This record gives sequence, structure tokens and C-alpha cells, in this order.
Amino acid sequence: MNCREVIGFLMEYLDGALAAAERSEFEKHLAVCISCVAYLRTYEQTVRMEVTTRIEEVTVPEELVRAILASRKM
Amino acid sequence: MSATIVDEPSLVARLRAGEESAFEQLVRSTSGRLLAAARRLLRNEEDARDAVQNAFVRAFQSLSRFRQESSILTWLHRIVINEALMHLRSRAKSDQPSIDDLLPTFIADGHQTRDTVDWSETADQALERAETAELVRRKIDELPEIYRTVLLMHDIEEMSHAEIAESLGVSTNVVKVRLHRARQALRTLLEREFGGQK
Repeated sequence: MNCREVIGFLMEYLDGALAAAERSEFEKHLAVCISCVAYLRTYEQTVRMEVTTRIEEVTVPEELVRAILASRKM
Repeated sequence: MSATIVDEPSLVARLRAGEESAFEQLVRSTSGRLLAAARRLLRNEEDARDAVQNAFVRAFQSLSRFRQESSILTWLHRIVINEALMHLRSRAKSDQPSIDDLLPTFIADGHQTRDTVDWSETADQALERAETAELVRRKIDELPEIYRTVLLMHDIEEMSHAEIAESLGVSTNVVKVRLHRARQALRTLLEREFGGQK
């Protein structure tokens, strides 16, 4: 595999979706390519940083709650 | 998903029986989670509230079709996401900006045009600052809509490739390609902030 193929398969690699033979080729390239290792680490970091932006829940304005409940009766 | 409903089977039974207090319990226990998702996708308070309200109306009308194969929150979440996608489609611009400038480039033999530098440790330190999440949020919002949407649905709303594909009416392969391109583009935007290569 070359850099283009490794970066193309990066998501599948991280998801554990590569077949054993492809995974082995992927890792062979990583063993000799510092640049692709850096790309992989910063790709993973990007996903971690995304997760920090999650907002699980917000306070709902009372008027919206009332509007939703009122709309059921219409 | 963080919102939880104690004794959900009993709540569903009460909803199906038309008990007023059950509807109020459902709205109060789930709407905070649903409004957060709608705001994130739509970036407009009025549209987000409309999406949540329309989703509840739709859900109330189709309670008989809720088969309890998932939690009621998951079911409502899917309906809100679909409502938000309808809003986004109605305001979609035909000329989406290209993402190509944010993707890696390669020379003829397939090697990277320029070496990537590992900035993950610098970013780790930045994550300790409260304003970093806001910066990342702004960078996500810079992505073209079709990429931003898939990235939010998968990485933030934790929907599967198959669920996203169904909501968007595209194949799972298209979802995977868009998600990978979205993450790569976001990686480049963050590299400009944390990699010292402005």
C-alpha cells in the first residue's frame, strides 16, 4: 500500500473493518511512513475533538413544551 | 443518549391510552435531548423549535406504529433528525462549495505531497481550555452542508451508517465516503489551528 491507499482506508482500519490481509498491508506501510502515522494520529484526534463538542441536553423553553402539548389537541 | 425514562413500557401504555400526564412526561423528559440535536443541525433557533414540535406532532399521530424495538427516545430522535433534514433540504443551496482544498494530495507514486506533522499532543493540551470546544464547533460549521450533516449525524448524534443512509436516501457507501471526507476536511481545518501551518 502507498500513502494514498492508506489514507483512503483509514476509517475502515480504525473501525476494524479491514480484512486481515489488507490490515497487514496497511500496518506494513505505517511501520515505514512517519507521515502516515502522523496523519492517522491527527485523524483520530480530530474525531476525539469532535466528541468534545457534543451537547447532550439543553433546557427547553416552557413555551415550547406548552406549544407541543397544545398541538396534540389541534 | 442521556435522557432516560423510568418504566418506559408503562409510559408507552399510558400514551396509547391517551393519558394527558403521559404526554407531558414524555415531552419534558425527552425534548431537551431532541432540541440539542435540532439546534446543532439547523443552527437556527426558530427552525430547531419547529423541527422538535413537528417531530412530536408526527410521533403523537403514529404512536400505534411504535413497535418498541428501540427506546422511545431513539425513535423520537430519528423523527427529529428527519424533520431537521427536511428543513435543511428546503434551504439547500445548489452551489455547495468544494471540499477538495481540504483533502490530502498525493504525487504520482501515491505518496503524500507534503509530510504530515503530528499535532495531536498540542491539540490535547488545547482540549483542557474551555474555548477549544467552541473553536472545533465553528470549524465543523465551516464544512459544506452535505459533509457537515453526515459528520454530525455519525460522530455527534451517534447514528449508524445504515440509519444515516436511510434518512438521507443514499447508500451506506455514500455515507462512509462523505464521513471520511468530512473528517479529513475537518482535520485540515484543525491542523491550521494546532499544527502551526496557517
